[in-house]
Amino acid sequence: MGTFYNKDGKSVLQTVVKGIQENKAYLGEVDGLIGDGDHGMNMNKGFSLFETRFKEEEFTFAEGLYELGNILFSEIGGSMGPIYGTILMDAGEAGEDFDAIGTKELAQMLETGLEGLYDIVEAKVGDKTLVDTLAPAVEALKASDGDFKSALQDMKAAAEKGRDATKDMVAKFGRSSRLGERSRGVLDAGATSCCIILTAMADGILEYL
Amino acid sequence: MQRILNDPDNIVDEMLEGFLKAHGDIVEKTGNKRVVKAKKIKADKVGVATGGGSGHKPAFIGYVGENMCDTAAVGEICSSPTAAAFLDSFREADQGKGVACLYGNYSGDNMNVKMAVKMAKREGITVKTVVANDDVASAPKDQPEKRRGVAGEIFMWKAGGAKAALGGTLDEVIAAAQKAIDQTRSVGIGLTPCTLPAVGHPNFEIKEGTMEVGIGHHGEPGIEVCPLESADQMAKRMVDIVIGDVPFEKGDEVAVLVSGLGATPVMELYVLYNEIEKLIGGRGIKIHRSYVGNYFTSLEMMGATLTVMKLDDELKELVDLPIETMGLTQI
Repeated sequence: MGTFYNKDGKSVLQTVVKGIQENKAYLGEVDGLIGDGDHGMNMNKGFSLFETRFKEEEFTFAEGLYELGNILFSEIGGSMGPIYGTILMDAGEAGEDFDAIGTKELAQMLETGLEGLYDIVEAKVGDKTLVDTLAPAVEALKASDGDFKSALQDMKAAAEKGRDATKDMVAKFGRSSRLGERSRGVLDAGATSCCIILTAMADGILEYL
Repeated sequence: MQRILNDPDNIVDEMLEGFLKAHGDIVEKTGNKRVVKAKKIKADKVGVATGGGSGHKPAFIGYVGENMCDTAAVGEICSSPTAAAFLDSFREADQGKGVACLYGNYSGDNMNVKMAVKMAKREGITVKTVVANDDVASAPKDQPEKRRGVAGEIFMWKAGGAKAALGGTLDEVIAAAQKAIDQTRSVGIGLTPCTLPAVGHPNFEIKEGTMEVGIGHHGEPGIEVCPLESADQMAKRMVDIVIGDVPFEKGDEVAVLVSGLGATPVMELYVLYNEIEKLIGGRGIKIHRSYVGNYFTSLEMMGATLTVMKLDDELKELVDLPIETMGLTQI
């Protein structure tokens, strides 16, 4: 089985922040191919702002997700502000009462975030958005009957597969949707950053298992 | 990168501070550092709010001022302001008669405005929106909901702002702004890419000796990349695309706006306008008003946009109303 304590969440969030910081330029490049190239820069700004502001604070995994989402939502804006803001704040809220977090709890948190996202955007799997990463990742957690460790590995694999699948898709939402067929052949920037976040989150949690 | 910067991550805030110092006679700051408000606002009128990403100077804050926009929410470079900033801009613009939020069709702006309108409603502020979609090259004619808003937003703000200043109700302001954008079409030609300061290098390419027809304000790819042409040929392409999309007819009166994309010398914009004027005139269309300059830019991109609005008596009255903003002053 295996769980980690919600109160140990700070280092997990730090791993997630690092994942975005290290991929700032890469995300900008991916976004520049069919978007406007600001994705890496804005994500880095928001995640780094969170890191600085909460450096000296103690917070749980759930609280950290909420605060990170709140910064993206209320201080960064763009399209990622409301999107990641909603996912992270809703996921954080769903987890605030957990003491220990295992497969079931993490699945519940991320699924709540995904549902929150569905309330504000109409994108579904196959539309070349971050839903293509997040939805299968949630499904993988829910379907996993092994221990938390292997569930996290399944989640990572599903997220990667989902991200890679966006390459052959034609965008239906967001800026790249106006390119139609020309959006094919390139990864979606949101799906890519979502994969970075989920992978880092899993790696951060695995440190405790 | 040959740019005037401190920390590129702070460029928007530093630009805003400078803007407020330089144009303190026209605009003033608000409780939200990402919301700018007009200094002179007629009492007892419908509020007119806008907002968008930074890097398009004079848009968006440059169109805040008497008889145009009352407030503008300011985003990071090339990205939408936050929902919180839009909400604050509605609060500042509201005088109890509702707020018209006139903005451009981008996914981030759509989401943030939508959330802000919902939050404003909870506070009893009625906000109605018009979404500019004048960029012909960004989607086919039968998918207007996918088209981007570009320099045509200026005509939308002009019409909506004037209608509000003349005492129009919220529905009348919305109708005027909607009519303005429905009668407006734009197209851009890009000659060089632009660089986000925090990124440090261009994220797309326009090869030397080529031009991209239909390029977006954020470097979104256009409809055709072709060898660089002379000004008269560029003008012909632009006029054909714009005039071909809306049923402009002989005898129509129009307002024409030629904007540089940031780094093209203004004198070249006049060379372009000279050709555009001949072509439009040659079609028997009368130019009622013309604007040439850097009205809606994309950082340091080279190139230009052409925007044409078909006028009726109402739009003519609204376009002719004097305004004072940093981006456009009309006596």
